[in-house]
Amino acid sequence: MVVAATGFAFAGGWLTPGRLSPEQVADALERTNGHHPGFRRNHAKGVCISGTFASSAAGSELSRASVFAQSRVPVLGRLALASGRPDVPDTASPVWSMALRFLPADGDEWRTGMNSIPVFTVRNAREFAGLVIAGRPHPATGKPDPAVMQAFLKAHPATAKALATIKSAPKAASLETATYNSLNAFRFVDRDGGKKAVRWSMVPEQAASASPKETGSDPNYLFDDLIQAVHRQELRWHLVVTLAEPGDVTADPTVAWPADRRRIDLGTLTIDRVEGEDSGSCRDVNFDPLVLPSGIEPSDDPIPAARSAVYAESVRRRDGEPKQPSAVRTPPVRPGEGE
Amino acid sequence: MSARFTAPARLLHWVMAVLILAMLFIGVGMVSTVSTRYPMLLAIHRPLGICILVLALVRLAWRLGQPAPPLPADLPAVQRAVARLSHYLLYALMIALPLVGWGMLSAQDYPIVLAPGLHLPPILPADPMLYANLRAAHEVLAYLFFAAILGHAAAALMHGLVRRDGVFSSMTPWPTGSRPLQAPTRHDERSGFSR
Repeated sequence: MVVAATGFAFAGGWLTPGRLSPEQVADALERTNGHHPGFRRNHAKGVCISGTFASSAAGSELSRASVFAQSRVPVLGRLALASGRPDVPDTASPVWSMALRFLPADGDEWRTGMNSIPVFTVRNAREFAGLVIAGRPHPATGKPDPAVMQAFLKAHPATAKALATIKSAPKAASLETATYNSLNAFRFVDRDGGKKAVRWSMVPEQAASASPKETGSDPNYLFDDLIQAVHRQELRWHLVVTLAEPGDVTADPTVAWPADRRRIDLGTLTIDRVEGEDSGSCRDVNFDPLVLPSGIEPSDDPIPAARSAVYAESVRRRDGEPKQPSAVRTPPVRPGEGE
Repeated sequence: MSARFTAPARLLHWVMAVLILAMLFIGVGMVSTVSTRYPMLLAIHRPLGICILVLALVRLAWRLGQPAPPLPADLPAVQRAVARLSHYLLYALMIALPLVGWGMLSAQDYPIVLAPGLHLPPILPADPMLYANLRAAHEVLAYLFFAAILGHAAAALMHGLVRRDGVFSSMTPWPTGSRPLQAPTRHDERSGFSR
């Protein structure tokens, strides 16, 4: 009896406080960003998007996932800032995210969350929590303490190197002209059971504008610009998958694969609708990167498992909280539609 | 005095004991880790939960058709009542926990995948507050289930080691020495374990 109870306590982590739990990661995000009831613990400010994915023939050779076999699949998603503060001005967050749900007719859903950076900042959940804590605002200045961050980077050279890579990468001027990368490695499984390590990206068809957007005093300039862009015309991205060669690391998302790796266009994402989160369908969705269809599997990259566990905790917290209005408002009706 | 449970009842009891204990350990373990064990535990947790739900319904149907052996006549009325209520609780939890789990995934608009290509339909509408409440209920009921199982095991050991009244051996996989010395009853023959 005692053995059973002790074993249960051990399995629950009560006897090993050093073990990192989803609660601890969510707590770290809340302590750094403040507690904002009803919002995501990270990527808190965003809008809902929707459209379709038109598959090219290439995907069904690599993966048996039905999303690549069907010609058109409905897609719901979310574009957001990679900040845990829902009220942050758009200028304050240099990293943006695109999260998507592909909804093929057979119900074999695929969810993915991608970011507008070339590599991820950390190798595992413990380092992520450490980085979040190192970025905590100092009580006196309200800004992160540079000495604390320097100490973290000195102790984590992989993160320092990744941040340098991110800083030197070209930066898009708008949400609609950014490339969004899976960062994490997964495995495609074909009909014969053959497996290939892959990373994927959403590459915009919209050309980048020559000059940076005029931000003015609009704290939501990125989202307002996106809403106008969708009202002008449909937005398109290409789902481009990058195939690893033997020896390419899959377990470390801070390391980019060599630039000459084979890239294949799996199809076109068309976004024709943007909605505020208050009325949109994406606010309550958990964009869990391990909601994968048959034909896509996790690799030995530890980050998707950690994201999945922490997102579950984030959903558990925010779904039980009263809902607050989003900082981003969209017009209730698209121009030319009805009233 | 007590006879033994039928062989199918005993088989269901012990198979489910192993599955449910594994389930509770997997559940408490998976919600407390961010490691790569998390998706593996989750991939076991959902189909195992549905398996337990199906077995619990089979067991409930069997139990309604095949009453349990009577408790010893000298068992105090209070213990008799506790025994009855604790078994209602155990059966209720065996059925409620998987249903709450299924319902909470439905309320979260989450695909319920048992195996590649094998999905369950949602049983509740997508609703964040409903999800939050069901998620909390799932956790509380799971702790209650573990506590009830510890109490059940303690009571079984009390019968087997202290009272030695045949209640413990009525559910053991095979006949044990803790039974009081008496002639085999007709129930033993019915169970297929006549000596």
